[in-house]
Amino acid sequence: MLIPHPLLGLRDSQEFTYLGDANLMHRPDATAENAEAQFCDYVFQRENPAGVHRELWFHEQGDRSWLVVTRDTTTHEILGAELASNVKLGAAE
Amino acid sequence: MKFSGFKVVKEALTGHKGWTPLWRNPEPKPAYDIVIVGGGGHGLATAFYLAKTFGELKVAVLEKGWLGSGNIGRNTTIIRSNYLLPGNEPFYEFSMKLWENLEQETNFNSMVSQRGIINLIHTDAQRDAYRRRGNAMMLVGAGARLLSRDELKGMVPFLNFDNARFPIKGGLMQERAGTARHDGVVWGYARGADMRGVDIIQNCEVTGFKIEGGKVLGVETSRGFIGAKKVGVAVAGSSGRVMAKAGMRLPIESHVLQAFVSEGLKPTIPGVITFGAGHFYVSQSDKGGLVFGGDIDGYNSYAQRGNLPVVEDVLEGGMALMPMIGRARLLRSWGGIMDMSMDGSPIIDQTHIDGLYLNAGWCYGGFKATPASGYAFAHLLATGRPHETAAAYRLDRFERGYVIDEKGVGAQPNLH
Repeated sequence: MLIPHPLLGLRDSQEFTYLGDANLMHRPDATAENAEAQFCDYVFQRENPAGVHRELWFHEQGDRSWLVVTRDTTTHEILGAELASNVKLGAAE
Repeated sequence: MKFSGFKVVKEALTGHKGWTPLWRNPEPKPAYDIVIVGGGGHGLATAFYLAKTFGELKVAVLEKGWLGSGNIGRNTTIIRSNYLLPGNEPFYEFSMKLWENLEQETNFNSMVSQRGIINLIHTDAQRDAYRRRGNAMMLVGAGARLLSRDELKGMVPFLNFDNARFPIKGGLMQERAGTARHDGVVWGYARGADMRGVDIIQNCEVTGFKIEGGKVLGVETSRGFIGAKKVGVAVAGSSGRVMAKAGMRLPIESHVLQAFVSEGLKPTIPGVITFGAGHFYVSQSDKGGLVFGGDIDGYNSYAQRGNLPVVEDVLEGGMALMPMIGRARLLRSWGGIMDMSMDGSPIIDQTHIDGLYLNAGWCYGGFKATPASGYAFAHLLATGRPHETAAAYRLDRFERGYVIDEKGVGAQPNLH
């Protein structure tokens, strides 16, 4: 698989390590009333979709940026990639 | 029809006219006591033990495709009970005992062959870890033997004992482990279940669950509604997809695992050899092909095919371990979808929906568990209580903090 890195162009997926669902960026609030249940959900439960999946890849043997890659889990087709930091900033705005 | 040596001789002399199909192809009835979703190894084993051991009379197995078209037909056929943790080892040893009697029980040749498995040791720390594992195995009667380097040299002289990075210092052997014929297992269970009145319904995809007031009433399928008092789901890599139809999320990610087979060779490999440090394991099929594999690709996938980096990684592991493998031609490779759980151990439990039961999370180790998984799931479905060897496989163990993490890597499925 070739991942279209937003800064570096097409890069071999072997340069990356895989973390999982992009929702892992949204860590629950540890001070919330139901924080324990929220963290259980965050750590253990997954959507695990067959189809389009947004997921975190770390460019470990490259520029060490985190990417949010959109990929079809039924075909391995990669539909896009963006810097996770931009996604996070965009969500904050 | 009962198989026997006498029957084979009789049919050979009379033109093979007396063989009959192994199972019926019945139309689905409007309702059953128990419906099993998934006609793979675990689903059919569940139906078999429900009918044979627990005397359930109205059972159906629903299969989306044809019998054994999923992981039971795509695995590397290894059976073993060399686990470490108390939640796992008694269960896998129970499975091993069922394997040892499987052919008598199903009256079907599943080609169970106990040729032994050897886990290779490269360092002192690894020897300590394997000694501990061997002791854990002996505690439940699974049997284990620590092999010295010289013993190993006599048994498998073709290994590269003096690899610079991973010199072989010994091994842990389970002599009762081995391989079985995967298709023979699924056909044996299917025939045995069918003979005892289980309706096996192929080309019947479950499209939804009918749930009212927190209780399951049946399943919607591509062949109409089928009522059920209890529904057991055993669909391996598709667990997330199927349980989503009941509104559930699972502690599971689906990943792809690849396997490989070489051209047929004369007998060279006595049993199963695992080279954990190099992500490689190998055995030889009765047909002569070397059957081998390595790690999962490491990303979510439902594609039933993997990518080249892992192909390279596995073959490099093979070359490092036994350089002679380089002279064999690779015949084919394939991929299967693993239901990777968050602690690397399975789930056999009821759900929060009354009457809906789940059997999932087998990761890349479901084949060896087939008999015990079926037995324990049947026990749970028939009696409402978990089987004594499967009591730790609870769905809520994650939130309660009772994970069974053999490798100790945490909630990261691609590391298990």
